[in-house]
Amino acid sequence: MKKTPLYDRHVALGGNMIDFGGWMMPVQYSGILNEHERVRNAAGLFDVSHMGEITVRGSGATEYLQKLLTNDIAKAAPGRAVYSPMCYPDGGVVDDLLVYRISEQSYLVVVNASNTERDYKWFREHLIPGAEIENVSEQYAQIAIQGPAAEAILQQFTVDPLGGIGFYRFKNDVRVDSIPSIVSRTGYTGEDGFEVYLSADQAPRLWDDLLEAGAEKGLVPAGLGARDTLRFEAALPLYGHELSETISPLEAGLGKFVKPAKEDFIGRQALLRQLESGAGRRLAGLQMTGRGVARSGCEVRANGRPVGHVTTGNYSPSLKKNLGIILVDANTDLSGLSVVIRGKEIAASAVPIPFYQKRYKK
Amino acid sequence: MDLQKLRFTKDHEWVRFEGNLAYLGITDYAQKSLGDIVFVELPEEGAEMESGDVAATVESVKTVSDVYTPLKGKVVKVNSGLEDDPARLNGDPYGSWITALETESAVADGTMSAEEYEEYCKEGK
Repeated sequence: MKKTPLYDRHVALGGNMIDFGGWMMPVQYSGILNEHERVRNAAGLFDVSHMGEITVRGSGATEYLQKLLTNDIAKAAPGRAVYSPMCYPDGGVVDDLLVYRISEQSYLVVVNASNTERDYKWFREHLIPGAEIENVSEQYAQIAIQGPAAEAILQQFTVDPLGGIGFYRFKNDVRVDSIPSIVSRTGYTGEDGFEVYLSADQAPRLWDDLLEAGAEKGLVPAGLGARDTLRFEAALPLYGHELSETISPLEAGLGKFVKPAKEDFIGRQALLRQLESGAGRRLAGLQMTGRGVARSGCEVRANGRPVGHVTTGNYSPSLKKNLGIILVDANTDLSGLSVVIRGKEIAASAVPIPFYQKRYKK
Repeated sequence: MDLQKLRFTKDHEWVRFEGNLAYLGITDYAQKSLGDIVFVELPEEGAEMESGDVAATVESVKTVSDVYTPLKGKVVKVNSGLEDDPARLNGDPYGSWITALETESAVADGTMSAEEYEEYCKEGK
């Protein structure tokens, strides 16, 4: 079982620890609903050190990443963070990830914790001359501070003006709490906030200091449970649910991160075909109108006919309703919706996604 | 709530006898394990239950958990307030009964006293 550098902190804070893909992670501390509400109205502190980090460097680095990724990174200047799916030849997804352009020939790629080994193997298999890669996951810790009070709290620890870091921008080599860090204005909650990448051995100190300083602004530690309800409300995709080996980025509504006009990349042909003839399925949203909580995997019916399944379903703490993101046949008319929950068909109605309007500082 | 008046099951339910009625609920240990409870599915009034049947379902954000009856009886009351305010089970697990069964049993098989249950919970850790 793997532990992040902050494991002892989570236990000391009363974190309820669970096995998350081989990592001992806190699912909650004070309660998922409380942590969720705090992120929306004050700030929450997340240990996301389990994420994987891979450096990509060299004269061939840009060409290499362009081949692997559906999004176009060539125009991303140093200081830009780019979100991209990474596809198989058939258009299914290997993983979705963030690419930080550190300099002309140097990138930091951040991947999902559960996919780190597989992604690195994929990176090695498709390496080209002039590109050097290294799995540096163990060297990095990552702390996310998210919510309307996040900037004010983090600003106390750096002289670098955080207001100067725009959405999906980052600054390298910022001293945060005197610790050399990458600070990026990114996150997975639908709120304004930052992700701080730093050396693993420095993480406990920054964690402690942020919690202490942020307490008066309402900062609480937040676990994986709240992380999931927050991203669910904002309809941010979770690999394995909205994206997978069998769900393409076009089906997941991520067309704006797929650039078939750029040079060839893995999966380009398959995705072009989907663009031409239409993706076979699409994501949509629903709200339960009968009594029941839709959960991942539940069958979805329209007028009694199976049309798809729930990719993520839960009680929404901010909207106080039971909601679901569903993957359905592309041309489905979403009237007469129902969800089969433990053998019973419960009524639902279509609603737009995202359920919660994101409050990014753009 | 005087816990001495309750009987406890291995599945972390409690039973309270009042005349020919048996009130069922979940324990403090159960609500802590579940986390924030967001949904309760109550039984149908009039439903006939055998010992071991699923009397209700309690859902937290992350978990779906069945509540079993440790005795045979007929559902005559349900705490419908839990439908709108399931969080009561977290805040007041012993004061928030879920359902009451009309029963001929005076005891519930395989249940423990408060002291035995406390020991049982400690051993589980």
